[in-house]
Amino acid sequence: MTPFSFNRATDRDQALTLATRGARFLGGGTNLVDLMRETVERPAALADVTGLSREISETPDGGLMIGAAVTNSALAAHAAVRTRYPVLSRAILAGASAQIRNMATVGGNLLQRTRCTHFYDVEGSRCNKRQPGQGCDARGGFNRIHAILGASDACVATHPSDMCVALAALDALVHLASASGTRTLSLTELHRLPGDQPQIDTVLEPGELITAVELPASALAAHSTYRKVRDRASYAFSLISVAAAIEVEDGRIEDVRLALGGVAHKPWRATRAEESLRGQPASLDTFRAAAEAELAAAVPLSENGFKIELAKRTITAVLAELAGVDA
Amino acid sequence: MKAVEDAKQAVQGAASAVMAKAVQMAPDSWMPGGKPDPLIRAQHGHVGRPISRVDGPVKVQGAAPYAAEFPLDGMLYAALVFSTIAKGKITALDTDAAEAATGVKLVMTYRNAPRMKPMPLFMTSEKACGGNDLPVMQDAQVYWNGEPVALVLADTQEQADHAASLIHVAFEEEHAITALAEAKAKGVEPGQFMGQPLKFENGAAEQALADAAHKVDQRYTTPRHSHNAIELHAVAVAWEGDRLRVHDATQMVAHSAWSLGHVFGIAEDQVHVTSPFVGGGFGGKGLWQHQVLAAAAAKLAGRPVRLMLSREGVYRIVGGRTITEQRVALGADAEGRFDALIHTGTTAMSHHNVLPEPFILPARSAYATKTMKLDVEVAYLDMVANTFMRAPGEAVGTFALESAIDELAHDMGVDPIELRLRNEPDKDPTTGAPFSSREVEKAFRDGAERFGWANRQAPGTRREGEWLIGTGVATATYPYYRMPGGAARITLTPNGAAIDIAAHDMGMGTATAQTQVAADRLGLDMAQVTFNYGDSTLPGVVMAGGSQQTAAIGASVMAAHRALVTELLKLAGNDSPLAGLDADEVVGVNGGLAKIDDASAHESYASILARAQRNELVVEAEPPSPLETTHWSMHSHGAMFCEVRVNAVTGELRVSRFLGSFDCGRILNPKTAASQFRGGIIMGLGLALMEETQYDERSGRIMNPSLAEYHVPVHMDVPEIEVMWTDIPDPHAPMGARGVGEIGITGVAAAVANAVFNATGKRVRDLPITLDKLL
Amino acid sequence: MPITINGSPVPIPSDPRVSLLDLLREELHLSGTKKGCNQGACGACTVLVDGERIVSCLALAVQYDGRKVTTIEGLADGNGLHPLQAAFIEHDGFQCGYCTPGQICSAVAMAGEIARGMPSHVTGELDSGTITLTRDEVRERMSGNLCRCGAHNGIVDAILEVYGTADARVLEAAE
Repeated sequence: MTPFSFNRATDRDQALTLATRGARFLGGGTNLVDLMRETVERPAALADVTGLSREISETPDGGLMIGAAVTNSALAAHAAVRTRYPVLSRAILAGASAQIRNMATVGGNLLQRTRCTHFYDVEGSRCNKRQPGQGCDARGGFNRIHAILGASDACVATHPSDMCVALAALDALVHLASASGTRTLSLTELHRLPGDQPQIDTVLEPGELITAVELPASALAAHSTYRKVRDRASYAFSLISVAAAIEVEDGRIEDVRLALGGVAHKPWRATRAEESLRGQPASLDTFRAAAEAELAAAVPLSENGFKIELAKRTITAVLAELAGVDA
Repeated sequence: MKAVEDAKQAVQGAASAVMAKAVQMAPDSWMPGGKPDPLIRAQHGHVGRPISRVDGPVKVQGAAPYAAEFPLDGMLYAALVFSTIAKGKITALDTDAAEAATGVKLVMTYRNAPRMKPMPLFMTSEKACGGNDLPVMQDAQVYWNGEPVALVLADTQEQADHAASLIHVAFEEEHAITALAEAKAKGVEPGQFMGQPLKFENGAAEQALADAAHKVDQRYTTPRHSHNAIELHAVAVAWEGDRLRVHDATQMVAHSAWSLGHVFGIAEDQVHVTSPFVGGGFGGKGLWQHQVLAAAAAKLAGRPVRLMLSREGVYRIVGGRTITEQRVALGADAEGRFDALIHTGTTAMSHHNVLPEPFILPARSAYATKTMKLDVEVAYLDMVANTFMRAPGEAVGTFALESAIDELAHDMGVDPIELRLRNEPDKDPTTGAPFSSREVEKAFRDGAERFGWANRQAPGTRREGEWLIGTGVATATYPYYRMPGGAARITLTPNGAAIDIAAHDMGMGTATAQTQVAADRLGLDMAQVTFNYGDSTLPGVVMAGGSQQTAAIGASVMAAHRALVTELLKLAGNDSPLAGLDADEVVGVNGGLAKIDDASAHESYASILARAQRNELVVEAEPPSPLETTHWSMHSHGAMFCEVRVNAVTGELRVSRFLGSFDCGRILNPKTAASQFRGGIIMGLGLALMEETQYDERSGRIMNPSLAEYHVPVHMDVPEIEVMWTDIPDPHAPMGARGVGEIGITGVAAAVANAVFNATGKRVRDLPITLDKLL
Repeated sequence: MPITINGSPVPIPSDPRVSLLDLLREELHLSGTKKGCNQGACGACTVLVDGERIVSCLALAVQYDGRKVTTIEGLADGNGLHPLQAAFIEHDGFQCGYCTPGQICSAVAMAGEIARGMPSHVTGELDSGTITLTRDEVRERMSGNLCRCGAHNGIVDAILEVYGTADARVLEAAE
């Protein structure tokens, strides 16, 4: 680990000041400390922001405001989240281990970096995300967990978070602060596709701090779930995951939210599928057609072609379960 | 050079074959002690009782010291830099920044490392145990991707790790053979295992296959595996003049002391290796370059050194199980009796080690067949030297063999257990030797009853919701080994006894079981017996490998005990109730010796010692050579039953039930033995479901050197596992017991794959059985 | 502020790179907390911070000033064994013993999570508030602690003996 200076930020202003002097924000450390030890990341200064907001509060609109320093465990266990946004509890509980969920913060979870093994192999592999212009050894190498949607020549990495997939489905907002003020983004705008700049994961400006995640009020969200498919029964990153919420009336799909994990460089909001579902009869055929529509643009790599069919099947099964349609 | 070695090995192999035949022809007295161990008859002692581990309290309190937990005065911390090419030369080494970094005391590369001999390669002589025989940081040549090329010593681990990251190494690459196809195209060589060719032919097997009424002929593949003991390999070393003190995590203390002595040009008794606790071994905790490098750096720096490998470091330096491509062809007559059994294939190996994964071993003794053809060919790769990993050969060989038998049974419409039992041999199919004890049928019948095998349904016919359910069965098999080199010392005092032997307990329960055995042999309470191990200064050269420690320690202690009794009877003299008796006529009982058939003729150890005016009596002895393994065909067996659930939507595979029914002779401690069986089965589940060391064929580099990316089973993957056993003593093994450490992993992958077929109708012949293969 | 470790105040290390794990093992010689991967993937370094389980290898010690850390050495009252330590011995919930301190610390905290009604990935109803400690619940919740010797059955048995309710056992039998 490269030497660094460490400061604990007691409030937002102090955190932002530290950032203007070049400090990286540190949450629970479950990803950044690992990456620093691997020398993938070499920050010269850290600003610990775990002392900032750990509150979950009701918004005037009937939604929830979640402080960025709330731990993953606390968020998953929160009574309002469990009853009104079960997809979010389920997604968090499907990720990592209890120990890591106790440490990891909401803000940090959003900024997790990819699990591509070539990205991690600082000395032995080429990686455009780690070192722009170096090349990509994953494309012809180990890419079982890699992207099937939205990838580029430069990068085929996936975003590893489960929580973010649920947030993408829930139309979550991300509140940001920087020395020049505050702004709010949709979660689906936060993460980028790799394009020719895969070294940049998000649209955050340097020194910009995630202060909170907001869940808008949603009647739909109470009827939601998360399904994760992985290579062992627990404690593994997803191959495919599906976050969904659906409202069916008189056999027709009134409204739906659908997002996919393990498929792209960002949590993937399945807008094509959603469009094809709205107003249609809730049936296996409709669900499968929506999945086909979403995955029409999928491009397999040497080892992950199975994920296209796996994603279609998982989407269909999750929607069927939520809609009460027999598979 | 290679040809000369091969010729030498061939001559040795031929000589040992002649010897083996001679031993087979000899009378039954070829066994440890010359007659069955009297302890087999004892039914009321400690042996056979489910006694909790003697080291349990220190382990659950975190008070058991492992290798990295011996802080030495003035100790420096080490970190390594690894090569990033598979073959070539170091052309530049920039160590300036590292040397200038805070806390750094030494940067060692080939330019300043002390001159050392290569490690003596494992199994090339009695105590040789190097994982490879390459120069250790002696020149600019690079032999594998991940080879250590620099070492840093610093005051703290943080400083050492950072300084290592500042070292820049430039390489000139040479063409390396890293892809199996290219290696095979360059030509394969016959495999050798323990001096014997991995080749056997009896009759015209291909013709018999062609002529057979029923046949299967399939190809099975298995990937690389890593041991992944949770304890990282670690060593702490200190030079005291020309003596080397080594706190190691090893399965072979005596071998390590000798081998390190060889490397540094000092005598083995100048090297003191201890390893009181080892956090898992499975074949991986031997002598690799890190111990040599730590000792070299300590010598250069004049300070004690600790080197704990990072998890990546373990993958880079310590080899694992290598890849196999296997063909199994079975030809059977109308009744299912085998006319032909063919098990051949290819395995990859480095040029610098001795283990072609011997996947044909199970086929040598498992089934009767009219003709047989076995062959392992080796393709050479530029890669980290592969090595022994739990049941080398059997773990992956049984996957192919036992899958093929299931395929044949299905094709013939015969129950797979019945097909196996129809082919039970009455003598060893390859050597012709009689079996020492073989209760395969009982293991199958008892296991089938407990598992409910009779309720099995046709493939693809059981479903609960999304889940397809199926059951499968396979044979487990592992040989009885006892290697030469055993010796034990017994120190008897009026209050008890200490057993000293340079053996190991990496969690197998050795210390507990052997304390039970020694207590019964001596007629003492367990609390009166101390079992000392894990120290190269103790007697014996006993590797914890091949599941041989139970026998090797057992035979050694038997020999020492006999010497002790002989001495005691001499000391007892004519004034003792034991006067006139010889060692065969007495047993240890009630803290002393008694006449076998007359308990009233008894004298306590305290009394004998007191009369002889002795405070203690110390004896040391070696057991006879392990000729029982040549005179008899000695193997453990098991019947492995598995129930799986396969998700019809996602292909996810879960093992919902598992039962292992074993025939391993007498079980010394049902509690610790059950844990060994379960542990093997769980590692087998990993092998079946998820484990693969990802080797990049472009670079020869391991790409998942991490417990996050190399999946081992987690709690959620592990169902309740039932284990049971025949408990029928093997009359030709010490205590009647054959080892239990490795058999558990054998047969598991086939039982799972066969259950998957029963659930889904799909045959998966390529491990691991990941969900993409079941979509 | 110092860190309180097993009841004793310990100064924050001067090098911020020092993990809580290395502080315990190297500076305090509390080597019961084990290093198995140093990357948050094995759980061998699990300790309790203010009663909650974390992996100490990914925790920079400087982040934990003012917190109360309990390690395997501080688990039992006095010199005896914690009931779970005794149950691990009885059920042979370990072989090599290396993952054992992490498993035990993890399970102790898990019992607290169950008591607080914290759901898991396998919990059926998220909004019920009470958790029944079934075998599956234990297996899922302990999945962050790897064991390579394969002592999983004994570990779960030990945990159920100490923390399982009568109801949970009945539920198991009914399955």
